[in-house]
Amino acid sequence: MAQIFAYIVHKDGVADDTALELLTAAKKIDPAASVTAIVAGNGAGLDAVANEMAKAYNEVWKLDDPALAYPNAELVRPVLVKMIPAGSIVLVAHDTFGMDLAPGLSIKMDAAFVPDVVDIEGLEGDTLKVVRQEFGGQVSTHVTANIAGGAVLTPRGGVFAATEAGASGSVVDKSGDIGGLSAKRRFIEVVVAEVGDVDITKEDVLVSVGRGIEDQDNIEIAEDLAKAMGAVVSCSRPIVDAKWLEKSRQVGTSGQTVKPKVYMACGISGSFQHLGGIKGNPFIVAINKNAKAPIFQVADVGVVADILEFMPALTEAIEEAK
Amino acid sequence: MEILVCIKRVPDTSENEIALNSAGNDIERDDLVYSVNEWDNYAVEEAIQIVDRVGGSVTVVTVGDDESEEVLRREMAMGANNGLLLSDDAFAETDGRGIATILKAAVEKGNYDLILTGALADDGAGQVGGMLAAMLDYPFASVVNKIETGDDKKLKIGREIEGGNQEISEIELPCVLSIQTGINEPRYVGIRGIRKVASVEIPTMGAGDLGVDAAALAPKVKRLDYFVPEMGEGAEMLEGSTEEIIAKLLEMLKAKGGLK
Repeated sequence: MAQIFAYIVHKDGVADDTALELLTAAKKIDPAASVTAIVAGNGAGLDAVANEMAKAYNEVWKLDDPALAYPNAELVRPVLVKMIPAGSIVLVAHDTFGMDLAPGLSIKMDAAFVPDVVDIEGLEGDTLKVVRQEFGGQVSTHVTANIAGGAVLTPRGGVFAATEAGASGSVVDKSGDIGGLSAKRRFIEVVVAEVGDVDITKEDVLVSVGRGIEDQDNIEIAEDLAKAMGAVVSCSRPIVDAKWLEKSRQVGTSGQTVKPKVYMACGISGSFQHLGGIKGNPFIVAINKNAKAPIFQVADVGVVADILEFMPALTEAIEEAK
Repeated sequence: MEILVCIKRVPDTSENEIALNSAGNDIERDDLVYSVNEWDNYAVEEAIQIVDRVGGSVTVVTVGDDESEEVLRREMAMGANNGLLLSDDAFAETDGRGIATILKAAVEKGNYDLILTGALADDGAGQVGGMLAAMLDYPFASVVNKIETGDDKKLKIGREIEGGNQEISEIELPCVLSIQTGINEPRYVGIRGIRKVASVEIPTMGAGDLGVDAAALAPKVKRLDYFVPEMGEGAEMLEGSTEEIIAKLLEMLKAKGGLK
């Protein structure tokens, strides 16, 4: 059986939520596997993360190097290629770091690559069977990978339950094996997102619009409904890409994480990146003209309708009831 | 700067419902409208803007069949200077690694300083750019939402990372970047623009021209089927006339604190 490794994303001495989800994914590949967590970085927080991971993983490799203080995939990739035995299975969370690191890692390891995995059905011989999604989550697909030469998988965040702590693994300091590090891409700084005129993360009721709004002029329809409800307008990514609303209004993994009581998803299909920004289990109302939109699978209440007709009608009814 | 942009012809799923075919091995494609992958369109616009600033040329390339020519032409109508179609029966059944292998061979036939791809396409994999960079031993950056040109040796780039933050780096040329939507505002392509490039010859290269061995394209990863996912219980669907639906919805919104 191939060895399984999990690359741990962490920041300021705290492991990302995906850190223990990867262990669950590993156990779905092989329940008997001994799984090694790789914790790379530099400084005081690194030991805290490594020790925390040892409570769940059998073994933790600590890679401490000043050059790894900021996670630059171009530096991390050659280190992993050098240290991980050929034929291993490597799990990396499907986030912006994973998108940077993992495809190239699979090439350098000459291993199969399976991105954005949402479920793992199991391993038979050298054939690993997993579930992925295509077309923005509208359809799923079973995928097989020949892992005879190893594999790199990027499990999607939030779909595998986190494994509870309960192991007493060992932390092995592998820093001495890193060697010289250099890359043709150098990290300069992180520019923190600007705060807009409205803080959607603090609102109880959000009227959120997506592609279904069709035109910049129609944003007004959402603003009218929000005003009638005493809510605030937020949106999905395409609306910000089109510059119809400012970035600070965007809900999703690449935007804001919101925790409202009520979330009105209007003309939003419901990609996982969008849903990843909705926390706190709000009451979700989905209005979409596509009855097969993935948003209906996570919403509490659904209406199949054209939002350009339904929203004004709803606004009018609310005004009349006042 | 000589820029190669790798693009893909995909079904436009933002406006279309996706249904499965009766065999369950593919989606129903007959009624779908195909166009260029949305992310790739931003990549081509970015390439054109860079060439407008510093000179050079933009080549758009795709791996596909004869029908893929239309997306090359569309991007040439936007302002890309050259098109290149990589087409061969041997390319049909390959995986992401195989596509990257084909593109690598095409890159080596040219002399490009910068290679752009879309960050994602219809299959949600986001893999070809990173694989291509690794095969070429070029530096790579994903989900790029800003490119600043400086001297001819390097670029200053921004990557869109979690929480809407932006990671700024410097990257040496030649490199591969996968482009995120929103980096620019892709220009509109009118009928006149399409007509202007309608008769431009687009060269085609096959496995033999590229020197790609069919064995190198054998997929490690295979899609078995398509199915509609069942996640949780799903929403309670409100039905009836618009008035009835609104009456029910208002009651629920009141109960849940959705009306102030």
